[in-house]
Amino acid sequence: MSKMLNLNLKVWRQSGPDDSGHFEEYTTTVADDASFLEMLDYVNEQLIADNKEPIAFDHDCREGICGSCGLMINGQAHGPQKGTATCQLHMRKFEDGANIVIEPWRAAAFPIIKDLAVNRAAFDRIIESGGYITVNTGAAQDANEIPVPKDAADAAMDAAACIGCGACVAACPNSAGNLFTAAKIQHLNLLPQGQAERFQRTVTMVDTMEEFFGSCTNYGECQEACPKEISIDFIAMMNRDYVKSMLVNRRRLGERKIG
Amino acid sequence: MALTLDAKIPPGPLADKWDTHKFDLKLIGPNNRRKFTVIVVGTGLAGASAAASLGEQGYNVKVFTYHDSPRRAHSIAAQGGINAAKNYRNDGDSVYRLFYDTIKGGDYRAREGNVYRLAQVSGNIIDQCAAQGVPFAREYGGLLDNRSFGGAQVSRTFYARGQTGQQLLLGAYQALARQIHLGTVTLYNRMEMQDVVVHDGRAQGITCRDLLTGEITSFAGHAVLLCTGGYGNVYFLSTNAKACNVTATWRAHKRGAAFANPCFTQIHPTCIPPADEFQSKLTLMSESLRNDGRIWVPKEFDDNRTAGDIPEDARDYYLERKYPAFGNLVPRDVASRNSKTVVDEGRGVGPLKNGVYLDFSDAINRFGAETIKARYGNLFDMYERITGEDPYTEPMRIYPATHYTMGGLWVDYNLMTTIPGLFALGEANFSDHGANRLGASALMQGLADGYFVAPSTVPGYLSGLLGTSVMDTNEAAFTETAAASQSRIDELVAVKGTRSPDHYHRELGKLVWDYCGMSRNRAGLEKALTEIPALREEFWSDVRVLGDPNGFNQSLEKALRVADFMEMAELKAADALQREESCGGHFREEHQTEEGEAQRDDDNFAFVAAWEYGGPNISSDSILHKEQLDFENVQLTQRSYK
Repeated sequence: MSKMLNLNLKVWRQSGPDDSGHFEEYTTTVADDASFLEMLDYVNEQLIADNKEPIAFDHDCREGICGSCGLMINGQAHGPQKGTATCQLHMRKFEDGANIVIEPWRAAAFPIIKDLAVNRAAFDRIIESGGYITVNTGAAQDANEIPVPKDAADAAMDAAACIGCGACVAACPNSAGNLFTAAKIQHLNLLPQGQAERFQRTVTMVDTMEEFFGSCTNYGECQEACPKEISIDFIAMMNRDYVKSMLVNRRRLGERKIG
Repeated sequence: MALTLDAKIPPGPLADKWDTHKFDLKLIGPNNRRKFTVIVVGTGLAGASAAASLGEQGYNVKVFTYHDSPRRAHSIAAQGGINAAKNYRNDGDSVYRLFYDTIKGGDYRAREGNVYRLAQVSGNIIDQCAAQGVPFAREYGGLLDNRSFGGAQVSRTFYARGQTGQQLLLGAYQALARQIHLGTVTLYNRMEMQDVVVHDGRAQGITCRDLLTGEITSFAGHAVLLCTGGYGNVYFLSTNAKACNVTATWRAHKRGAAFANPCFTQIHPTCIPPADEFQSKLTLMSESLRNDGRIWVPKEFDDNRTAGDIPEDARDYYLERKYPAFGNLVPRDVASRNSKTVVDEGRGVGPLKNGVYLDFSDAINRFGAETIKARYGNLFDMYERITGEDPYTEPMRIYPATHYTMGGLWVDYNLMTTIPGLFALGEANFSDHGANRLGASALMQGLADGYFVAPSTVPGYLSGLLGTSVMDTNEAAFTETAAASQSRIDELVAVKGTRSPDHYHRELGKLVWDYCGMSRNRAGLEKALTEIPALREEFWSDVRVLGDPNGFNQSLEKALRVADFMEMAELKAADALQREESCGGHFREEHQTEEGEAQRDDDNFAFVAAWEYGGPNISSDSILHKEQLDFENVQLTQRSYK
């Protein structure tokens, strides 16, 4: 049966992008069956009852798959439970009387919109720059004409599991976007379908990433924070493809000139 | 307004209808396509795939989402898989069998022509997605793997671990991103549609609220595609994402689009039961779990022993007992209703006695825990995170929850609503699933509509508008609609009542679940029809929306959505009341066989109920139009899964 928890919260409040923001303290009592976001829902209901503006935070599916939610909980992206997005974190992971500090993702590439909600559009810009396979609707051959070795399909799926939440960036001391970008690149680069654009894709996506995000120095905090436990091995693969692409793309450039 | 329902099903043999129709549709030359603007609302599977495909053809597309990124739409949460009649398993599948299964699974309340087309293009979807790099599960030889799914006796379901919806959506999103990069598609994120602009008898554009600034903005187009999902959140607790809402389709309905079969709602059998009063939504456990899990409850009433202490002979595997042919794989509506029956009898399990067991111990003994982990690992982990219980050692507890809505805007064969130029795709329309949807068919339909149907039929409509430009958004039709959108917001903010939007949403959800949920009866529905309008009135006089309406304001977003659910819920109950039969997800207690199975009335109810908006007293003002369903190919039988 569920048990009740008394909690002391310190929550970041910021009325808009231009406000400097501050912490506010709240106390609440919730059942340990509640999810972390249900706890915040409850705090918001209390605030509304007191005629105070509720806390803004992004969330949607609450099943750990849409990637909308993301909070810094006591300094950890998505909180203390490994491999778990904020919406899937439940209050039974906290003690009665716990002090919980709740902040938004903090990164220059993710400007704060309000309270705990941030703008992660930089991720979309990276995908738009090359995170796809060029195939118009209707142009595909029978699916079984492209055999994909099972281990390649599995590795691609490991990368493709990324939910685009931004925890990797928030956890990184440099606010680097490498784990996200690597996962998106390698999902496609590992598959036979992705080979035609492999090196071009790698360069455009990495270059776009660098317009927005800091540099990777292999801290590895990103894979610790990732709710899908995506490995930093993908960053190594991305780096290898990037180096290769410098050669391959130059060779192709040369071939074009001769041809 | 005189509303006529013309389904425009092409004549000729079933198998030729779509090809004939595509040939008969007028084309637009590549040089003229950029002169047309198409507005797509929603970026789930249907919206993203339609926007990308129309962009590829050269149309000028504007796509809108209320999320921060198109990739977050709720299609992403589909776990189990997507059906296609590939017959890669050589187990007797065919386009005709997928068509037949879908018509039968829908309890004979869907159109033959639409469903056959869906089955026909199902294979192309898999081809398209594989080419995009969707990492479908593979056999060791590198070819695609399949599994079976509820309601089917063939293995035709393609999947990507337990994240099929996510991977298909990422495929469509990436195709969309490519078009955004190429400039054929313009993305408007954090923009929520408020209304459709109708002028000269056709859809001319939309009004939106910019969720960051609160500004109401208008956009004009030659055609508008609503790909805005279903209305499952009318129950408050559902497996839908928190933001899923009926606003876009309901606003279109109030502008003249008929709303079809609003009483058809799918209650998914395998969800985690609610734990307490804080529950904000319900979580689905993929139906694929029923392939290896066995569903049971104790034979005894109020049996308080733990699952492990209940011996084999004291367990009732009720689905296997009642339906030996399909067993645990009966269609969703049948599985859900049986769970309700045993829980209502007092044989429910768990702390609140509100679930049934889904037990993997036999499968673990047979295949080993590693195999089960490979199949369902992420689902087991999710279950453990939510409940704190380990499904490898104790059975899961499951209970039905609202999951999908078969009803939606009425559309013809071209997916066009009763407002010319306004189309509805995916879950937002009513067309393919009848009274019940088979597992792994929602992804199929969303992508069929978006990749293959709309990109053929929308140009057919546009061809008649060649040489016309879009309306100026300064014209009265736009400014008046925008003013109406703004005044609705002003009204809500001005109420300054005492209760939050969520409070009212929860109250509405309870009413709809109790009286128009898994089983319905006349007395309950009549009660709902008096209580819903009363609650709506209370909402409009007592809701409290705090914060600045001219900025990021999630309370206001919720209130606007709840306001529309308050109206839609009444139409849903009215529809359930008029449908004096049981079919699929609509179970009227007055109409059941002696064994407690749903009893259809094909003589009187083989029709689509298409409702025309008539005024603010929804149940009395709305006008019912009937589209008779003709079955030329399939013989209507009482469904039997025994």
